Amino acid sequence: MHSHIFENYEANDKGCLIPLLQDVQNIYDYLPESALTEIAEFVDLPLSRVYGVATFYNQFRLEPLGENIIRVCRGTACHVKSSANILSAIENTLKIKAGETTRDKKFTLEVVNCIGACSIAPVMTINDEYFGRLTVKEIPSILKKYSKASKTKEAAVQPEVNLA
Amino acid sequence: MVQLTINNIKVNAEEGMTILEAVKSVGIHIPTLCHLKDLTPTGACRICVVEVEGQRGLTPSCAFPVYEGMVVQTNSPRVRRARKTIVELLIENHPQDCLVCVRNKNCELQDLSEKYSVREHRYVGESKKHAIDISSPSMERDPAKCILCGRCVRVCHEVQKIGAIDFSRRGFSSIVTTPYNKGLNISDCILCGQCILACPTAALREKGSLKEVANALNDKNKFTVVQIAPAVRVTLGEEYNLPLGTDVTGQLVTGLHRLGFKKVFDTNFSADLTIMEEATELVNRINNGGSLPMFTSCCPGWVKYVEQNRPEILEHVSTCKSPHEMEGAVLKTYYSKKMGIDPKDIFVVSIMPCTVKKFESERIELNENNFPDVDAVLTTRELVRFFKLSGIEFNDLPEGQFDNPLGESSGAAAIFGTSGGVMEAALRTAYYKISGRELDNLEFEEVRGVKGIKEASVNINGLALNICVVNGIGNVKKVLDEVQKGTSKYHFIEVMACPGGCINGGGQPIHQQPEKLQKRMKALYQIDNMKAARRSHKNESVKILYKEFFIEPNSHKAHEILHTEYFNRKEALKRA
Repeated sequence: MHSHIFENYEANDKGCLIPLLQDVQNIYDYLPESALTEIAEFVDLPLSRVYGVATFYNQFRLEPLGENIIRVCRGTACHVKSSANILSAIENTLKIKAGETTRDKKFTLEVVNCIGACSIAPVMTINDEYFGRLTVKEIPSILKKYSKASKTKEAAVQPEVNLA
Repeated sequence: MVQLTINNIKVNAEEGMTILEAVKSVGIHIPTLCHLKDLTPTGACRICVVEVEGQRGLTPSCAFPVYEGMVVQTNSPRVRRARKTIVELLIENHPQDCLVCVRNKNCELQDLSEKYSVREHRYVGESKKHAIDISSPSMERDPAKCILCGRCVRVCHEVQKIGAIDFSRRGFSSIVTTPYNKGLNISDCILCGQCILACPTAALREKGSLKEVANALNDKNKFTVVQIAPAVRVTLGEEYNLPLGTDVTGQLVTGLHRLGFKKVFDTNFSADLTIMEEATELVNRINNGGSLPMFTSCCPGWVKYVEQNRPEILEHVSTCKSPHEMEGAVLKTYYSKKMGIDPKDIFVVSIMPCTVKKFESERIELNENNFPDVDAVLTTRELVRFFKLSGIEFNDLPEGQFDNPLGESSGAAAIFGTSGGVMEAALRTAYYKISGRELDNLEFEEVRGVKGIKEASVNINGLALNICVVNGIGNVKKVLDEVQKGTSKYHFIEVMACPGGCINGGGQPIHQQPEKLQKRMKALYQIDNMKAARRSHKNESVKILYKEFFIEPNSHKAHEILHTEYFNRKEALKRA
């Protein structure tokens, strides 16, 4: 389903690698392995280099996103207000590390540098909702609310697996 | 020409030269880590920084061109301090296990630590943790020991043009790895080991087989024999500080006898055998309209490359097993019968300049009645370790003789270890097979040397035989494209995956001395020159082998024992 994206670019042009990666991510919300292989062939670069670029930039992700995205602020103000503890509380509750997605695909945990809400530090967002002046104690109950909530988002687009 | 001043010395340098190149002419040494001659300078490690007058920061000399009137300080206190700090930072993010490291005493990081008198740990902190990749039968990848100089990456991408590994992630979590951090065994890697030769530390190394060889030698029920590849005899001396290109065949044979091998055979014998089979196959293909051009099949790295990348042209690859596999096959059939030894008790060890040979020896189709042709492969470096472990003073060893009948060889076999050698050896015999006459001039200068692609045309009885020698797998693409399109003008193409051939194989001594290729090559041609018989078909033992066992080259029996088949690995890799 992503084959049309190649129409906008010239084959073997290494310069179009990043725009191509962005286009694919726009479709699937992440970069499926099969798409990476196709892009590597299209721009005539080894897969290792394409993988290197995809892992270098924070904007690209190689795993599908969870249903809910948690962003924990680790900016200066939040750091002073012990956001490290908040982060590890979430990690312990969900049993994943920052950057990972839970097995049931309910949550993806991300660390961000500043979300511009320093006045209510330490702060995190879940999807579009802000949680300020957080304490470690309230983390489990907040997360529980989301894990119970039924799926609101549309089902993630499944990548077309083309290994012919 | 530009004139510049380096450490108050006036230096003339060519325009476009880097500072690093310019200082070499005046006897000044600048340390380097990420620099590799002739490859793109990256300035990644910063160990070569110098002070250039008028510039605010320090300048990496490996990547900065000289200009008229430039004033450079390569040894100021500021430069020394910066370099030492770089070394200290690298060391702190590197396992502190030099004493038990395979590269102990041959490690560029260790050398720099010594050179810059690092005497304390000033930057203790978190250090990276990565798992060792032991998935491949030939090589180990240990990213914890990697200092991210990128030399392996550039060799893999720019020289070999494979691109199996590259940098991924960033900052502290940067790692040189395969796509998706998968095992080397399911990557595009052909296991040539050129990255091992480029690695300054032990982040890339061969997978050791010493233990199984030592166990076999200790097993009283095993008849453990060994064979030596053509290229090992002219490089092993380097590990004992002998000049580049010293031929140590005699000592090597004695040393192997002393290690306890029952017989010491020569892979050169089966190189002659390979030529008999391969030249006959070529002549048959020409006469009977078989797939042309025909490619050589001695190099397992090249074979793996075709299987992974161009399975469509596999029928163009000669079906001959590589020489050491032929030697093993003959040992477990003809020799075992002749000597009355059960093939299950024969343990064949190959001393090879190569890492892919380890992979090759594990290929399941290379067996005789389910006994593998070759049981274990040691690289040149591993053999040196074995000698040291066994208390053998190599330089004091008397010269020994190979055991027969699998120890006799011609000059044609000797040059198998260098790019162009297999071609030259094959031509000497093919000429005789086609025309019935012997060549007057045995030396084909056109196919010798370190050029990437070498070609020639040989007139045999009115047939213009077009030949091509591809030196280094990075040069093979163009030739393969032509073959695939059907526009190739060649009849016979030799490919060796390593630049220079086996003399520069991934299992050879590790150092960055200039002219190592040329001097090792010269040594092999010297051995060829000294031989009484310089044509494979003049090898008396090979003649007897055909008389007593195989009847003639490409006979039914020869096909069963000395030839093999190839597989399409492209699809399998895609699914991996």
